[in-house]
Amino acid sequence: MTQNACNCAPEAKRVDLSLLEPVLAQYAEDDGALIPVLQHAQGLYGYLPLDVLREIAEKRSTPFSEVYGVATFYTQFHLMPRGKTVVRICQGTACHVAGAPAVTRAITDELDVSLGETSADLNFTVEAVACVGCCGLAPVVVIDEKVHGQVDAGGARKLARVLRAEASR
Amino acid sequence: MIAPDTSTPRAAYEVRVCAGSACVANGSLQIAQRFEEAIARNGLAGSVRVIKTGCHGLCARGPVVVVGPDGVFYPAVDLDAADRIIVSVLGDREPVEPLLFRESPGADSIARYADVPFNARQQRIVLRNCGVIDPESLDSAFAAGDYVALSTALATMTPEQVIEMVRDSGLRGRGGAGFSTGMKWQLARAAEGDLKYLCCNADEGDPGAFMDRAVLEGDPHAVLEGMALAAYAIGASEGYVYVRAEYPLAVKRLRKAIADAEARGLLGKDIMGSGFSYSVSIREGAGAFVCGEETALIASVEGRRGMPRPRPPFPTTSGLWNRPTCINNVETLANIPWIVANGAEAYAAIGTGNSKGTKVFALTGHVHYTGLVEVPMGLTVREMVHEIGGGSSSERPIKAVQIGGPSGGCLPASLFDTHIDYDALASVGAVVGSGGLVAVDKSTCMVEFARYFLAFTQDESCGKCVPCRIGTKRMLEIVTRITEGHGQPGDIETLERLGNLVRSTSLCALGGTAANPVLTTLKYFREEYEEHISEKKCRAHACGALSTYAVIPEKCKGCGVCKKNCPVNAISSVIKEQYTIDPDTCVKCGICEAKCPFDAIIRV
Repeated sequence: MTQNACNCAPEAKRVDLSLLEPVLAQYAEDDGALIPVLQHAQGLYGYLPLDVLREIAEKRSTPFSEVYGVATFYTQFHLMPRGKTVVRICQGTACHVAGAPAVTRAITDELDVSLGETSADLNFTVEAVACVGCCGLAPVVVIDEKVHGQVDAGGARKLARVLRAEASR
Repeated sequence: MIAPDTSTPRAAYEVRVCAGSACVANGSLQIAQRFEEAIARNGLAGSVRVIKTGCHGLCARGPVVVVGPDGVFYPAVDLDAADRIIVSVLGDREPVEPLLFRESPGADSIARYADVPFNARQQRIVLRNCGVIDPESLDSAFAAGDYVALSTALATMTPEQVIEMVRDSGLRGRGGAGFSTGMKWQLARAAEGDLKYLCCNADEGDPGAFMDRAVLEGDPHAVLEGMALAAYAIGASEGYVYVRAEYPLAVKRLRKAIADAEARGLLGKDIMGSGFSYSVSIREGAGAFVCGEETALIASVEGRRGMPRPRPPFPTTSGLWNRPTCINNVETLANIPWIVANGAEAYAAIGTGNSKGTKVFALTGHVHYTGLVEVPMGLTVREMVHEIGGGSSSERPIKAVQIGGPSGGCLPASLFDTHIDYDALASVGAVVGSGGLVAVDKSTCMVEFARYFLAFTQDESCGKCVPCRIGTKRMLEIVTRITEGHGQPGDIETLERLGNLVRSTSLCALGGTAANPVLTTLKYFREEYEEHISEKKCRAHACGALSTYAVIPEKCKGCGVCKKNCPVNAISSVIKEQYTIDPDTCVKCGICEAKCPFDAIIRV
């Protein structure tokens, strides 16, 4: 798949590579710092556009294949734009036995986004997270950085409706 | 010599508000602010102090507030309750009776946190300061005794003596493998190299486990002190903490702790004037479970794809950038200062034969009291589930526990008298692992439960070796088709054969243990697999394709969403009457259940 062929994604706009300069300078001496560099870059752009990966490869004198390989190995890195609001549904063991599958169904249905996908209007990304370590509060849904505990299917629907209402405002 | 900073005198009366992740999610920071404002308003900032602590353990009853020298415990504190507690704290300091902990409504109250049944069997070594100190204050850590062991060791012990002490204590690695920590240090000490690394593995990836997170959030200095002691013992001068990016609060507190410790000369060059130097940096993981495996962790710190490599050479000989590298888990390291301060005999006196000391478990699932518990090795599963966990949280009895996360095994109720230590668990096919302990009742389907774990490990397989990459994939396909009602005769035998193959031929521990959840459920819950395959029945009603869907009349509002979405027109209604599902037409797709806005559709 050629990801650049699509003109509807914001990636078609040129990304401002100058933002990367301080990050590249900070880690210029550290050979092992590819992952922190990618983390910072994703913090700047919200995701990792291919142009950014190319720039990082060139400036760090690392083969592009290696940068791409690392960026696609770790689940934290995203090569496509993300939604303004990121809903992460915990799939940890405690959440699983406490009803995470029903919570997942409710949220994906209410927001009309499949798990792991971003809505077409770029408002929402819904994804699974392996465990956020708040097992005492299972099932857990994390909306952006805020942790919501003991969310049942009904509660999940309410959360999703609030998000939808906020997005349409 | 270091001494606590006495410029801010210790307040006489402490209000400890839990600021662990679970309590923060429940609003504990607002509670803390309410206390602080009230104290400031009354001009009592000097005599009453609010401490935002790490995890107290009883996450199920958060936000947790513990008050005063006696440790009066208030569970599930909201703002109203906070106001009433403030009146007591500012007044006669008598416990606020109606807000105290009760095992059930109407039962006698229990005032002291230590007296709550959840705590009765616990013994806190790793979590000694969690819930007690302010994790963001080095002075608070000093006051609780952090860094005393390091200062003693640097002044009075040789590195060999430290290693000997840790070896004699019987401490085994708490990350999962259970290798002797003292032996590992000995190997690292003996390895040749001008530069050695001591790293902390805080890539706690097991779903359902959060002990490392609690230690990092609650007492980061204990981990740093343990790292410095370990570095001194093996002769390391640099190190990394490899911590999950999913733990932002732990990263934040650790970062502050490192900066504070460096500023006071407890880390960095010439620690406490001893001539010993050791510096620590943080590397945030990027979301790959396999990086908990030490050779994969090394690859990740070096900036590569986190894929394990064959051993030997072991990292203690050739690790990070081909230098001798010792990697210890968070919990292991947090034990070290206690061992150095109290001696090997004191530690070895706790626990059983080959399993010394305590272990922290994340107790979750269908029990009353979920949370973090630290117990001496050797308690039985039954004591964990019924005495500490308070038994089933539903009317359904607990039917199984899963110990050790995706690498671990499921034990049936008939084996609940098994002792929780390395040897006893291994003899029944489970592992201590990192310490996840999930109790499940009859509403959990063991086949689906095994599928869940396998789906996790399959997804997290790095893909390097064939048995893990393809073997777990084929196993997952088979288990999935069983849960979907397409199981075939012979599937069970194929799973066993494949499982043993994956176990014996995978490169690293991820693949080596990936089949455990399937193999142990096949061993102890074989009848559930057989029912799924031959009778197309799921006794827990957890497998959608093997369940019958029905409408709960009390919950149905007659909105018609289910009928509209049913792909086979199996749902009918009479105007102003209940909706019903025709079981003969229904294809069990589950769409109605997912679409119903009132949760009125259940599986029976």
